Order: sequence, then C-alpha cells, then structure tokens
Amino acid sequence: MSTAVFKIWRGDRSGGEFRDYATEVSEGMVVLDAVNQIQATQANDLACRWNCKAGKCGSCSAEVNGMPKLMCMTRLSELPLEKPVTVEPMKAFPVLKDLVTDVSWNFRVKKKIKKFKPRPPDAPDGTWRMQQQDIDRVQEFRKCIECFLCQDVCHVLRDHRMYEKFIGPRFLIHVAALEMHPLDTADRIEELRNAQGIGYCNITKCCTKVCPEGIEITDNGIIPLKERVVDDFYDPFGWFWRWIKKKLKG
Amino acid sequence: MIRTLQDHGVHQGIDVHMEQTILSLLKDGERVVGAFGYERERGRFKIFRAKAVVLATGGIGRAYKITSNSWEYTGDGHALAYEAGAELLDMEFIQFHPTGMVWPPSVMGILVTEGVRGDGGILTNKKGRRFMFDDIPENYRTQTADNEEEGWRYCQGDKNARRPPELLTRDHVSRCIVREVKEGRGSPHGGVFLDISWIKKKLPNAEEYIKRKLPSMYHQFKQLADIDITREPMEVGPTTHYIMGGVRVDPDTQMSRVAGLFAAGECAAGINGANRLGGNSLSDLLVFGKRAGEFAAKFAKENSLGNVDNAKVDVAAREALAPFEQSRGENPYELQQNLQEIMQDSVGIVRNETEMKSALEHLGKFWQRVKRLGITGNREFNPGWHTALDLKNLLTVSEAITRAALERKESRGAQFREDYPNKDDALGNVNTMVSKAADGSMQVRREPLPEMPDYLKQVIDEMK
Repeated sequence: MSTAVFKIWRGDRSGGEFRDYATEVSEGMVVLDAVNQIQATQANDLACRWNCKAGKCGSCSAEVNGMPKLMCMTRLSELPLEKPVTVEPMKAFPVLKDLVTDVSWNFRVKKKIKKFKPRPPDAPDGTWRMQQQDIDRVQEFRKCIECFLCQDVCHVLRDHRMYEKFIGPRFLIHVAALEMHPLDTADRIEELRNAQGIGYCNITKCCTKVCPEGIEITDNGIIPLKERVVDDFYDPFGWFWRWIKKKLKG
Repeated sequence: MIRTLQDHGVHQGIDVHMEQTILSLLKDGERVVGAFGYERERGRFKIFRAKAVVLATGGIGRAYKITSNSWEYTGDGHALAYEAGAELLDMEFIQFHPTGMVWPPSVMGILVTEGVRGDGGILTNKKGRRFMFDDIPENYRTQTADNEEEGWRYCQGDKNARRPPELLTRDHVSRCIVREVKEGRGSPHGGVFLDISWIKKKLPNAEEYIKRKLPSMYHQFKQLADIDITREPMEVGPTTHYIMGGVRVDPDTQMSRVAGLFAAGECAAGINGANRLGGNSLSDLLVFGKRAGEFAAKFAKENSLGNVDNAKVDVAAREALAPFEQSRGENPYELQQNLQEIMQDSVGIVRNETEMKSALEHLGKFWQRVKRLGITGNREFNPGWHTALDLKNLLTVSEAITRAALERKESRGAQFREDYPNKDDALGNVNTMVSKAADGSMQVRREPLPEMPDYLKQVIDEMK
C-alpha cells in the first residue's frame, strides 16, 4: 500500500477550485476507485457519475491529468503517481457540480437526427436479408457508449462553442451508422451539410484518439460522410446530371 | 439493445426525467396516484402525479459486497412497492453468477459473461483439473457431456452433443467454485481459473476467434487486469447478479395488489422461479415490459387523476432532509459497507439459520443507525445524501431476503442451506410472501402455489 495525491476539482456553476486528497492506492486500482474511496472516506458530497465500472455505460467521463478519459478504465499504474493526479470535469459542457457536467445538449441534438427508416421487408415473414460485410461496417459505430469524450475533445465544441451549428463527432458517427445501414432509406446529406455543420470538422482526429471504444470516428465515419456531401453538392457532373433528371421529370 | 430502444424512443415524444430519485409512492385510498422524489441536479423535491406507475428499477445487488450490479441497484422498486402495500414474493432466491472477476480487488464482482463458457471456456482449479466434471447433479446427468470432447463439440454448435458441465445451472457452478476455493484448490486470488485460450489446441485461428466472439471480455481483461485471455486463463469467482424474487404481480397485467402499481423486469417476481437461466431476463423484460406498459396505459385511460395527500408529502420531505440536521452524524458509506459485509457473509451463497438470525440482529441495529446518519454539503448532486436515502431501501430488501430465506427451510434453486441441504416437496409447493403489517413490522408467510392453468399444462405436456 502506498499513498497518492489526487487534485480533484470541487465546485459548481459559480466556480470552484482544485482540492488535494491523499488516499491509499493498491495494485490494479483505477482512477474511479480512488475517487470513490475519497468520496466514501473524506468527501461524502463529492459529485461524480458512474455506473458499470467496466467501460460500457459511458457515465464516468472526466479529464485525468488533462486527458479526456473514462475514470473506470484509467489504471493508476498508467499514471505518474509521484505527482498529484488531477481529475476535473469535461470542459466542453457546463459544470453542475464537481465532476458532474450537464450533457443534456447531446440528447437534444440526437432528437433532431432523422430516425432509422428501413426499406420494406425482403421476405413475406417481415424479415430482411443483409450482407455480413455491410453489417460489419455500421457495427463499429454501434459500439459507441455515449461517453461524449469525443465531443469534449473536439475543438469546434470545446474551444469555439459552436453548439448551434455543429453536432460533434458522436452524432456524426450516429448519422454514419444510419446512413451506411444497408436497410435505411432516409437521406440525411442536406442536414449534414447545413444544420449539422459537417464542414466545420477539419479532421484533426482528436475524437478518434480519445474514443474508449476505439472507433475510427474520423476515417470510417466522418470522412466518408464528407465525401457524400461533396458528391451531392459540389460535384459539377453530379449536379448537372441531377438538373437534367429534374428537367426530364418536370 | 439499449441503444436501439433509446434511438427509437427519442422519436416517440416520451418525456424522460433523468437523474431523478423516487422516495415514496403516493396513494389516494387504495390506489397509487403518483410518486414523490427529488432531482439530483439541484436536490429539489418533485411530485409526479400519475394515473398508473410502472416500476422498472432492477435488482438489489448493492446489498452485497461482491456484485456485478451498479451502485443504483439498491432495491428501490422492491422497497417502494412494499411500503405502498404490495407483496414481495420469493425474495430468498438470489442468483450468484459463477464468473465474476476476482482480481484486481477494485474490479471484484464485474461480470465475466457466460458466453466465455458457451464458446468453449473451461473451469479449472490450481491443479489444472476440470472440476466441474466431478460433480454433475443426478437430474442433469443425461443432458450433460461426460467427456471433454463432447463438451467442445457442443460449444461448436453440434446439436447431437450434450452441454459441458461448465454450463450447468449458475447456483451449482457457483457452489462448486466455492468448494474448490474452501478446500484449498483455488487460484492465487481466491477464485478458480476460467480458460478460453486452450481452444488454440482445437482451432488454427483461435486468437482471432476469441477476439471476434468475445470482444468486450478481451478488452475488459486486457485493460483492467493486464491479462490477454487469448493466451492465459482468467481468475473468476461468484458474484451477486440477479434477484429472482420481487414484487408480486398479476401474470397477465403485471399489476401488483395495489391498484395502479405495475412492475416489470428484475424488480417483478415470478417468471424465473427459484433460479433464472442465462438470457431469460432479457426476454422477460421485453415481453413483460411491453405488457406492463400496455396494461398501465389501459388502466390510466380508465381512471382519473387521484388526489395527492400533501400532509404525507410533507412527512416524506422532512424525513428525507433529516440527515442534513445531523452534520456530525454517521457516515452513510460506512453503514452501507457494514450492511454489504453482513449480507455477503451471512445471507450469501451458502446459508444457515444461525448466521441468518445473527444477520437479522445486525439489520435491527442498522435500522437504528440509519436514523443517525449525517450529511455534509448541500442538496445539489450530493452522493452522500443519495446513499443515505438509498440505505433505507437496501435495509428493507435485506431484511426481506433474510426473513424469506429463514422461512424456506430447504435447498432449492438458488437458495442453498447447509442446515437443510435437500429439497422439501412440501416447500416446493409454496411461495414465500413478504408484506408490511398494519403495525409496520415485516410479515412473512407461505402461500400455496396457484394451480397451473390448463393451457400451460398442455404446453408442458407437448414439450415432454
């Protein structure tokens, strides 16, 4: 057993400060264990969210030594314990208290994304037929646990605060999951370009780097979506072809 | 499944009140007409008026020290229903999942899915023996493989093969693990070995296969325990996983004996009997969640909003705020830990009367201590306060579990009593029923099982 110091941000909407807590650490501990231990023994009112403790529920997102992390999956053995470990709330969202932030903006964004609209069933019994490789492609995006660490690290949200113009990486891969779904028939390209602001993403790949599920957010999700937007809106031949089709129809 | 439901649900015009805790159900006469609680964010009280209420609060895992459940599994729905006058049925039946992580200490209890064994994982003791072959219960002998080769064929989807003994019922596997550990044949950290890496002897691309079939287990062990499950065995031991008992509801409508109060999923009782089989709680909550919703909606349409008794709300509010008045009171986390230790040690996998009676005495003292809890800080998102309030629910369900377990003087399903190690046919025909008496005390009684309806008998005959 040895002791480590945790600098935990304590405060609320009106402001706050880092406070030091020394606590015993043992082999195999993760940051969330230390936070829970401090909560149980020294600061009963220390606010933090957590649930599954296995990296699946996405509740315990925070910034550990400045890096967006799930506290339950960040082992103390990965951190230099000779220095205090800083633990603070995600910066892209308003603080409610201590490590708890108001992430409700995300839920409002999700509501605005066009829902899944499958084509009519392929078989009389109401079922569909899909190719495994088509499933594999969207399955990656379905791994998302909605921890919002990608939103936290995205500079368009974190630094430029463009919540009204940009939906952020989490929801771009949600759109990707729907758009690339082999059964889906809805068209989300126009919103992607306008209301959802995909153009603001300049592919710094920070989101991919912090994703605890290892989803290739930028390469497999956002870039293919950007290509679809380009095909639909900026390809002169495509534009001309659609214009002709429209004329012929009219 | 959660995401699919959520993705669908957000487009249905449903109002979701997140991070709210319900403290009591409100009644107008004999009918439930709403709920009283608080929102965690600001700690403000709230009254929800409702024509019908569906409880879907899950289980009670936090009453135990080692559990696969989250901190929120504090038996809230069970306790709310009990306080509102509903009955709790078969609370003694708690499932201890045989494979939880045992090391490192901080992840103790986290679930290792049954899928590991389903895909060929084997349990061995420190001598390398597949001990599950040593103790196959008589009634499962014909359905269980008697050699390793057949067990492996079953895991590969051979319909003619019988299942390996690792996939026997969870209570049995849990007890076998406890036996191995008690008799000194356990793994270094007090569990046994669960090995999936051995299948490389059978499959050329075993590593790929394991990663594809068990991706989350691979990552869980890699990240939390530094163990590569494609190369080395895991260490596992039993963990509190699921309560079969719960709120007694009508099997068709899911309504409890309190009008307007419905329950579904883990907090409702009945469907899983004395022991749940893997996968059944998902089908349970899909089928009976839907039914509960439909019948609650029907009930709501047929009834008007009731009256809320403000005096009762005031009492509940004062009670909830009491811990703030004792800033030098007892730490709620400490009491929670003491409770978890007592339940783990005395009302766990292997039970007996002496230990459970002593647990009841402890619970009596905890009921006194819960009145002396103190809180620091204010009402805004205060986990200390939340823990203090949850403790009452934990104590209610812990007492119900212990009293029901004492009442069932036999071993059946998930309950194993070393003082009554066999089944008792007479007790096999009764449910235990816990309810709140007029004087506020907890009553336990036995009730004969209802007669099976003819259509069910017919289904069972067809299966034979």
